[in-house]
Amino acid sequence: MSRVPLPYSQKILELFRNPKNLGKMEDATVSAVAGNPQCGDMITFYLKINEEDVIEKATFESYGCAANIATSSIVTERVKGMKLEDAWKITWKSVAEEVGGLPAVKFHCGILAVGALRRAIRAYYKMKGQKPEWLPEELTFEEKQALEEEELAKILAKKMKMAEEGSKNV
Amino acid sequence: MVENVRELLKAHEGLKHEVYLDIENSSFVAPEVVEAMLPYFNKRAYGNPTLTHKPGWEAFEAIMESAQKIAGYLGCKSLEEVNFTPGETEANNLALLGAASQIRAKRGKIVVSEIEPLSVVHVAEMLSKQGFSVVKVPVDGEGFVNLEKLKEAVDGETVLASFSMVNHEIGTIQPIKEIAEIVKDKNPNAIVHTDASDAYGKIPFKVQSLNVDMATISSYKILGPRGIGALYVKEGVNIERILEGQIGTQKLWPGVENTPLIVGFARASELVFERFEENVSHMRRLRDKLINGIINRIHDVKLNGPKGEKRAPDNVNISFLRCEGEALTIELSLNGVYVSSGSACTRRLLQPSHVLTAIGRRFEEAHGSILMKVTRLHTEADIDYVLEVLPKAVERLRGITGSTVVE
Repeated sequence: MSRVPLPYSQKILELFRNPKNLGKMEDATVSAVAGNPQCGDMITFYLKINEEDVIEKATFESYGCAANIATSSIVTERVKGMKLEDAWKITWKSVAEEVGGLPAVKFHCGILAVGALRRAIRAYYKMKGQKPEWLPEELTFEEKQALEEEELAKILAKKMKMAEEGSKNV
Repeated sequence: MVENVRELLKAHEGLKHEVYLDIENSSFVAPEVVEAMLPYFNKRAYGNPTLTHKPGWEAFEAIMESAQKIAGYLGCKSLEEVNFTPGETEANNLALLGAASQIRAKRGKIVVSEIEPLSVVHVAEMLSKQGFSVVKVPVDGEGFVNLEKLKEAVDGETVLASFSMVNHEIGTIQPIKEIAEIVKDKNPNAIVHTDASDAYGKIPFKVQSLNVDMATISSYKILGPRGIGALYVKEGVNIERILEGQIGTQKLWPGVENTPLIVGFARASELVFERFEENVSHMRRLRDKLINGIINRIHDVKLNGPKGEKRAPDNVNISFLRCEGEALTIELSLNGVYVSSGSACTRRLLQPSHVLTAIGRRFEEAHGSILMKVTRLHTEADIDYVLEVLPKAVERLRGITGSTVVE
């Protein structure tokens, strides 16, 4: 059962109660997912991007905790009207700062939100068959973290299953 | 950080009704218990019970009377078998480490179930690093220990077995007498411990007829104060202290006895046992009202643990699919309903409740689980309020989840 005290900031609580840009976007240019239900944290980001590579609208859906919902809300709000190149520069640290700080065990929530955004941007250029100079070949910290979290959940689920089967075969 | 918490508390102002159901993790103290404890802080019996003056003798008398009452409810041979500790965690540590420490060779097998509380699981893991081997016996989909696997696990090398009488998370009532008999049949020298914290005051049992050597009980789970519990150790069973210092009335736990808490624990026991049948049927009625109310009002839910007579009368544990548990605890708190979740979202490790995964719940089912326990002091109106708040909370959070998770 949950035992770590989570002194969430007022900002997180406010965005948890009234998240902005919530919901699936039917006419999205691109969408991306970070996390999975196994890790208990999952975000889908939807971006509407115009011909000048500017984000006109961003929305999200989140299966996650209060910090996950709040950080997703912040990121979708921030990127509105931004050029993709500038949106790419948003870091999880700046998101964490904007929500008034995250408890250490919740860092990954902020990372996941930025990870989802960057995946969406990559997906967009892949779809267009373009490769802007500023877009790094290698995965960035936030993307790697998201990937690591997904992998970890998979490994844990697998281990659990193996242990279960193992004990059945005693 | 404290500033943040102050703001969080402010967000709760103006609640019209509050219902606390997180009895697993801490509890409010029954008013009669507080009343019984008060004189013992500064009016009487504040002395050290081993010293030769009036306040000391008063304390000795109060502690012995309390132990006598609890020994009676537990069905002990004598009050000497009741050893007060600062709680369930300490009693479980004392039981396992105390039994292991008198085995000089540091070898042998320790058998537990997959769904024991962490104060058993982690201690067993610690002992496995010291040389003991630990076997975790699997449970079925409702949390019942697989008795065939238990038979296979216990052998001549087995020195200790520890199985909860009632599971703390999903309320499974284990056939503890049968478990103890299986262990003793295969190896009469093995020491059998049971964590009875969720059984004491909830299901009828007498330690003498169970064939167990040690049993843990906890005060706050019956609305007594926190910071006090006890370990029943059967006469003739030898375990060692795990802490050293001045020994007082408690041969297995050094230090100055906390007389007000001991008195409170005994009073809480009295209140539960004097009207045992009435209290239990009240809890069972509220439990079923809550479970059925949730199942009837909310779709895509799963009850964790058994139904009916084999479930503890106070336990409600339900998984809400497509609804993250930690977010749900916060949403409910803002509406005055206080519960806990088996979600991993408070841990970097991403590992949800080991009890829920052991009974075969998928991670996403464990993440959306909510644990609630009702007490003799909860009312029908409390449950009605929970049933009013909960469907709205789940609906709002499922709205945020949207199409992200498709079952």
